[in-house]
Amino acid sequence: MNAPLILDRRRVLAGGGALILSFSLRPAFAQDQAAPPPPPLPGSLKQSPFLDSWIKVDADGGITLFTGKAEIGQGVKTALLQIAAEELDVPFGALKLVTADTARTANEGYTSGSNSMKDSGTAIQNAAAQVRALLVAEAARRFDVPTDNLRTENAEVIAPDGRRLRYGELVAAEMLHVQAQPKSQLKDPATFKVVGQQVARVDIPAKVTGGAAYVQDMRLPGMVHARVVRPPSTGAQLIECDTAAVEKMPGVVKVVRDGNFLAVAAAKEFRAIKAMNALAAAAKWRETPTLPKQDDLPNVLTGLPSQDFVIHQQGSPSPAGNAIDATYTRPYHAHGSIGPSCAVAQFADGAMTVWTHTQGVYPDRQGIAEMLRMPPASVRCIHVEGSGCYGHNGADDAAADAALIARALPGIPVRVQWMREQEHAFEPFGPAMVTKLKASLDGQGMISDWNFEVWSNTHSTRPGGAGSLLAAQHIAQPFTPPAPKPLPLPEGGGDRNAIPIYKFPNAKVVHHFIPAMPVRVSALRALGAYHNVFSIESFIDELAAAAGADPVEFRLKHLDDSRGRDAIEKAAREFGWQRGQKAPPDRGYGFAFARYKNLAAYCAIATEVEVNRENGRPRLVRAVAAVDSGQVINPDGLINQIEGAILQSASWTLYESVTFDDTRITSIDWQTYPILRFDAVPDSVAVHIINRPGQPFLGSGETGQGPAAASIANAIANATGKRLRDLPLTRKRIKDAIDA
Amino acid sequence: MMTLKVNGRDHGVEAEPDTPLLYVLREELQLNAAKFGCGLGQCGACTVIVDGKAVLSCVTPVLLLEGKQVTTLEGLGSLEAAAPIQRAFMEEQAAQCGYCIPGMMMQAQALLQRNSRPTDAEVRGALQLNLCRCGTHMRILRAVHRAAALMRTADASMGERSAQ
Repeated sequence: MNAPLILDRRRVLAGGGALILSFSLRPAFAQDQAAPPPPPLPGSLKQSPFLDSWIKVDADGGITLFTGKAEIGQGVKTALLQIAAEELDVPFGALKLVTADTARTANEGYTSGSNSMKDSGTAIQNAAAQVRALLVAEAARRFDVPTDNLRTENAEVIAPDGRRLRYGELVAAEMLHVQAQPKSQLKDPATFKVVGQQVARVDIPAKVTGGAAYVQDMRLPGMVHARVVRPPSTGAQLIECDTAAVEKMPGVVKVVRDGNFLAVAAAKEFRAIKAMNALAAAAKWRETPTLPKQDDLPNVLTGLPSQDFVIHQQGSPSPAGNAIDATYTRPYHAHGSIGPSCAVAQFADGAMTVWTHTQGVYPDRQGIAEMLRMPPASVRCIHVEGSGCYGHNGADDAAADAALIARALPGIPVRVQWMREQEHAFEPFGPAMVTKLKASLDGQGMISDWNFEVWSNTHSTRPGGAGSLLAAQHIAQPFTPPAPKPLPLPEGGGDRNAIPIYKFPNAKVVHHFIPAMPVRVSALRALGAYHNVFSIESFIDELAAAAGADPVEFRLKHLDDSRGRDAIEKAAREFGWQRGQKAPPDRGYGFAFARYKNLAAYCAIATEVEVNRENGRPRLVRAVAAVDSGQVINPDGLINQIEGAILQSASWTLYESVTFDDTRITSIDWQTYPILRFDAVPDSVAVHIINRPGQPFLGSGETGQGPAAASIANAIANATGKRLRDLPLTRKRIKDAIDA
Repeated sequence: MMTLKVNGRDHGVEAEPDTPLLYVLREELQLNAAKFGCGLGQCGACTVIVDGKAVLSCVTPVLLLEGKQVTTLEGLGSLEAAAPIQRAFMEEQAAQCGYCIPGMMMQAQALLQRNSRPTDAEVRGALQLNLCRCGTHMRILRAVHRAAALMRTADASMGERSAQ
C-alpha cells in the first residue's frame, strides 16, 4: 500500500505524526459513543492554540519563535530558545525570537509568578514538537517513506537513503496555521542535547559591550526627552502652576498639564531635567496627610476592616495548654530597580505605539487605551527590556506617562525617564503584612495544633484598567483605581504559601484581606510567600526549640512530600548540617524550606550568619541551597536565579523598609533606602539542583525569597539566642535584642 | 563648543558646561554603556574612567573634563573584540538584568589597571559604592577575579611578543 499519504494536519497532530493510519478509523469510532471532552491544551496553548502563534518557518529556512513573556533579566529568552531548539531539532543559534508585543505575540498576561516556563515554556515545547511532526509528515509524503523511518537534525528531515529536505522547503503557506492538539510526541529527556545544558545567555553579550539593550537606550529619529512632575503625595491637588517661564526655557518643546498631571518635554535630556526642576518649583500643591503611622503599622493594619477567609481547615485545632504563639511583621518594601522606569511612545496617524518594560504588554495596552479613550486595537505595546523589576514597579506608569505626553506631541517620539526619587517614592510597594501564629506540641514533640492568621492588602494592583495607572489617576477626568480583590488560591496573594506544606493533625489558616490600602502597593517578587514563609519557617524553628528537636529533623518529621524531603536533605547534607552542632563564636546556623505556592519549585536553604555583638551588625557568611524546579532547562540560569533570590532576600530581610511621614514617602534614594552592598555580600553561595527529567517545568524566579529570609532569621536566633520577628532584622533591632 | 576626548577620539560637544558627562555620553555620543541609575552619585551605574580613575559620570559636569581622557565600556572592547573584563563577565555569566553591570565593569577595570592582583577584600572595597539589585554579586566578584587573570595572561603574552 504505497499510495501517497494525504496530509491531514489535524490527524498528524492527533497522532503525533507517526500514527496517521491507525487514527484514520477515529471518526467512525467516535460516532459510536459520546466523545469525551478533549483534555486541555498544554501551557499557554490553552489561550493561544494556533501553532503559528508560537513558531513560524519561512520558506528561506528562517525560523522564528514567539513568546508573550518578557525578558526581565531572568534569562527567559535563552531558556525558551533552548526548549524550541530541542523539540524542533534546530541549532540553538539559528532561531530568532520575538518577545511580548501586542502586534506580534500571543497574549500571555504578565511575566510573573515564576510562571514563564510553565506557561510559555510548556506551550513552546509542545508547539515545537507538533511543528516538527507536521514537517516530518510532509517529508514522508514527498519521500513516500513512513514517518517512523525519518529523522530530523539541523532543521532538516532525513530519509534512510540519505535524501534530505530542509524545513524551509517543507513548509507551505498556512501549514502551521492549525490548532495544537492536547498531546505531543515529546522527546525522551534522556536524548536531550540542548535542554539541560549550560547554554550562555543570549542577552548578556550586548549588555557587557555597550549594545542597545534596554528601553533606556532607545534613540528614535526626532525623539524628545520628557520628565514628569508628580504630585508629591497621594491625593495632592495642583492648585497653581505658572508654566509660562518654563515654556520659554531653552530647548523646551512642550509643557503638558492635564489636571494634576504635569510634564515637560525638551529636545535634550538635561534640559528636560532642568525644566522639570523649574516646573516642580513653580507648582503649588495642596497636600493632605493620608499615610498611616509608620511606628504603629502592624496595629494600623490589623485594625483596618478586613474580609476574612478560612482558607484551610484540618481537624479542629484548639489552643492546648502548652500553646506557643508569635506575631511576625514585615514593612513595605520597594522594588528598587537600579534603573528608574522609562518608556518611549509615539502617536502617529491615530495610532499609539509604546515601548515599555512592563511585565504585561496586553494588560498595559488595555489600561493605556482606556486612559487615552482610544480603542485597544489602536494602541500597540512592545516590550523592551528595562532594569530588573522584581514585580510591578514604575514600568506601567512610565508607559502611561509616555503615551499621555506623546499624544500631545503628534508624530514625535517621546522618551520618559523617571528620576531616582520618583521611582523610590511612586512605585507601588510590596505590601506590609502581619501574621499571628499559635501552635501546640503533643507528648511526642510533634505539632498537634496549628493556627495561622495573615493580614494583608492585595498583592496586585496591576493594570488591566486605566485606574491602575498613576497618570490616569491624575488627569482632569481621572480614572479611579478598581476595588482591590484578593488573588485567588491556590496561587494566592497575601495568602500565598499561608497554608503549611507540613502535615499537622489539626490546622486552621485564616486570610484577613484588607481592602483599604494606606500606601499604594502591588506585586513584589514572591508576593505574600515572602512573609508567610518567613513566618512559618521561623515559627517551625521556635517549635523545634520547644520540642528540643533539631530543626532539620523536625521539618522532616512533619513532611510527607518526597520531593520536599529530598530538597531538605540535599541542602542539609551539602551544608554539612549536623544535629546539635555549635556554630563558631558569634555565628549561627539557620535552615528553612518551602515549596513556592505549594505547587511550584521546592527550595531549601541553609545559612551561616555572623553577628557583631558590639553593634548588632549581621552578615550572611554563606548560604547553601537545594532546588527542585522539575525538568531543568538551563542549569546555570536556574543557579543564577536562586543566587539572586538569596542575596535580594537577604537585602530585604536585613536592611529594607519604606519610610514615610504622615503625608509623603521619605525613603526616596539609596541613602534613605539602603540595600545590600559588597561589604556585606557572603563569602560563598552554593546552589545544588535536583533535576527531574521529564517532569513539568516549575519555574524558579521566586522560590528562594521566603526560605532565604527565614533561614537568615533562624541563623540570627541561633547566633544570639534571641528571636527577631519584625522585619527588617536591622543591626539596631539585633543589638536591642542582645542587650535586652 | 568644547572638545571632549572619549575612547581615544576627540568629540566636539555642544552641551551646556554644567551638563553631567553621562548625558553627553548617552545623547551626543550615542554611547549606551554608562547608565542613568540615580543622578546622585549613589549607585555607580554611570561609572566611567577618567584619566585612569573611576568617576561617576552622572554627577561630573562636562566642563571639568576638558583635556582629560574619558574611557567608557565601549572603549575597552566590543562584541567582536571583547576586552578581558568583557570576556570575564560573559564567561562567568555575571549578569541578571545587567543594568548595573557596565558600571561594575568600569569600577573593576579602574581597580585592575592599578592593581593587577587584587585580593577579594580589595575587589569588594572597590565595588562598595556600586549597587546591584538582582543579587548577582557572587558572579560579579568571580568575573573580576577572572578578568584579573585574563589581563595578567594578556600582559604576559604581550611581554613575550615584545621580547622576541
